[in-house]
Amino acid sequence: MSFSLRLIPLLPFAGATVLLLFGRAFSRQWVHLIACLAIGTAFLVSADAFFTALPAAHESGGLHDIVWAWFASGDLKVDLAFRMDALSGVMCLIITFIGTLIHIYSAGYMSHEKDYARFFAYLNLFCGAMLILVLGDSLPVMFVGWEGVGLCSYLLIGFWYGQTANANAGKKAFITNRIGDFGFLLGMFLLFSATNTLDMPGINAAAKAGAAGLTEISWMGQPVAFWAALFLFVGAAGKSAQIPLYVWLPDAMAGPTPVSALIHAATMVTAGVYMVARLGALYLLSPAAMAIVALVGAATAIFAAIIGFAQNDFKKVLAYSTVSQLGFMFAGVGTGAFGSGVFHLYTHAFFKAGLFLCAGSVMHAMSGSGDITKMGGLGRKIPWTHRVFFVCWLAICGVPIFSGFFSKDAIVAGAFATHVFGESLSWVGPVVGTVLLLAALCTSFYMSRLYFLVFSGECRADHETQHHIHESPIEMVGPLVVLAVGAGLGGLIGFPGGLFGHEEWNLLGHWLEPVVGPELHIPHAVEVTVMAASTAVAFVGIFLARAFFGGGYREPAHQFARSMPGFVALVRDKFRVDELYNFFIVRPLRFVSRGLFVIVDRIVIDKAMVEVPAAIVGVFGRAARWFQAGDAQRYLATFAIGVAAIFYLATRPPAPDAFKVTIQGTAVDVDARGVAGTAGRTLLYDFDFEADGTVDRKGSSPTAHFVYEGTGTYVIRVTIKDPRWGTSTRLEQKVRIQ
Amino acid sequence: MPTLYYLYLSFALFFIGTAGVLLRRNALIVLMAIELQLNAGNLALLAFSRSLGDLKGHVFAFFVIALAAAEAAVGLAILVGMYRTRQTINLDEVATMKR
Repeated sequence: MSFSLRLIPLLPFAGATVLLLFGRAFSRQWVHLIACLAIGTAFLVSADAFFTALPAAHESGGLHDIVWAWFASGDLKVDLAFRMDALSGVMCLIITFIGTLIHIYSAGYMSHEKDYARFFAYLNLFCGAMLILVLGDSLPVMFVGWEGVGLCSYLLIGFWYGQTANANAGKKAFITNRIGDFGFLLGMFLLFSATNTLDMPGINAAAKAGAAGLTEISWMGQPVAFWAALFLFVGAAGKSAQIPLYVWLPDAMAGPTPVSALIHAATMVTAGVYMVARLGALYLLSPAAMAIVALVGAATAIFAAIIGFAQNDFKKVLAYSTVSQLGFMFAGVGTGAFGSGVFHLYTHAFFKAGLFLCAGSVMHAMSGSGDITKMGGLGRKIPWTHRVFFVCWLAICGVPIFSGFFSKDAIVAGAFATHVFGESLSWVGPVVGTVLLLAALCTSFYMSRLYFLVFSGECRADHETQHHIHESPIEMVGPLVVLAVGAGLGGLIGFPGGLFGHEEWNLLGHWLEPVVGPELHIPHAVEVTVMAASTAVAFVGIFLARAFFGGGYREPAHQFARSMPGFVALVRDKFRVDELYNFFIVRPLRFVSRGLFVIVDRIVIDKAMVEVPAAIVGVFGRAARWFQAGDAQRYLATFAIGVAAIFYLATRPPAPDAFKVTIQGTAVDVDARGVAGTAGRTLLYDFDFEADGTVDRKGSSPTAHFVYEGTGTYVIRVTIKDPRWGTSTRLEQKVRIQ
Repeated sequence: MPTLYYLYLSFALFFIGTAGVLLRRNALIVLMAIELQLNAGNLALLAFSRSLGDLKGHVFAFFVIALAAAEAAVGLAILVGMYRTRQTINLDEVATMKR
């Protein structure tokens, strides 16, 4: 079934184009009106496609829109085509809905900024690129969006490029992503060589059928599917900030806060999770690849959560929480619970966007500072932000009924109940599930720490800042409230109805079923146990944090910091991973680059390839300058030399390019007749059959006969002279006498 | 006398004329050397004309003489003009074509 899906990415792109070209001429009202309308209309179109057109098209693999044939080469045929099935549809709705809210919020948040139009243009561009990514029907189209969000993240993180730190953060995001993109490309190439197609349905069909190209053992005892999945996961790890490529995300806080919200909630970081879910059939072919995805996800979840314990910047805490929550999502898709992974992506989009926008609102109130050690007691002063944050906080902690509870629970339960790893790797599921429960505990703890330090107790800011604290304007609070509603109740969309014998209550699972397969069947006992456990860890985390930080820093927090100063410092320094990378990757790279610069650039290129040729040309130039002295006599002299040279060349005896040689045994007959111009002139021919300087035959006959004494290879040299002018032409030809 | 001797003489005159044109710095001498080249040409024309028994060579020689007269007139006028503007007829000092 066809639907103009192209409209969905086209609208934000159109908005971006208009704003980039003419934005400076528009007033601020027009700028944000255009941007919000572009993304808002894209949301309406997505909703129309998803709710009215899509249900009828489930059988045929969703809505399909071929814009044009992009390129074709041999077996490779790629259309610029979009496809919306339940999975990409849900993604579209998330991106455009949250995107719209963030656009509206930005109108308030950025109202004092210069470059207003540029900011909104980039926001639109970002959403457009992300929409291409999720709607792309083939890997190359997806890759366009994939690169597009990378570019936009660079542009937006470095939006305040005047400060070096911001510009560097943008570069870091871009370069780290490039490493991942390289993996994505390799995976794409591998998939094409194995399945001869790059279309998502084609790849998934090949994977479901267990195509020979994918399942054959190819390298190091693993099938092609494993390597393709692994390379693609490298790409996903870059985009979705997983170990070891997560380092860019915390630095991405350098951008304006709405950008952080956009990157962390609706776009960019969800791309990796989406891609793994999209190619779920491929991942299911290789339990080892699934195990890697799940384990990396779980490790990232707990690692980033621990780092979150000791961060003192509001947005940094949220950044590590995003990394951690993305780990949950990967653990979900890695254990085969694709629906649960996407479910968590969806709930996370709401509560994380809410949290970030609250962060923006708080920083707005705190005169731009994000240092939580200087906050406290803000609950009374900015009540709406506080209420929204409260809901989102409970959601991310996984308190029952709030959205995060359901999605996190689905992932953890899925990890315990999964069968995708087979016999030899069956330990992965329980390990991942246990680690995730621990990570959930950590999440609950550090988020509660953040909540208590910011909103409870007495304000620790200086008097001047305190005086300015104010609630944000309506265009900021409005989107916040909408997000809070989503964060609070959005989880009901994936209600684990199986618990009550009503599978159909799980709306999201029902929607996604045609794409990612039926929801994992989770035994009743596992479900109940996990629910109880995750509820318990959520409350334990909250109460622990309250004991440490309720109403400000309490004695247990100080005690803990005193008892383990080394560990606390290590966590505060983010386990010094950046320093590690700096030492093992950046520094050697710099060293090599420096060497290349000195040797290759300075010496080989600058000297040998630039200055030496320039000097040679200079020598000739100086020589030629003598002729250009402006002196008529010199000009005449060159003229005379030229005339003499032309005369000589014109009077040279004409000769064929190669003369005719006839070989009979050891005897040769040579005919060195010229091709033209010899009429009426007597030419003299000297034949030297061994090219040894001795003239063997001479005279005015152009032909000669000679008998060699033995076999071998000889060079026949003929000199043709014009006796009238004294000029001559010499020719040589090689003959083999056998 | 064989034609060749005339041609040797003509060649010698032309060579001397060329050397004079290229090497002398006094514009007046250069004009004279050009005259020598022209006359070397005349001599060759006449020599061939006689040896081939064809009068066309004589006619050409007359044309050349007329041309040489015109050339001398124009050349001397240029020399006078040059001397008036630059106070010199040394060719090295009037090397302004490079600018």
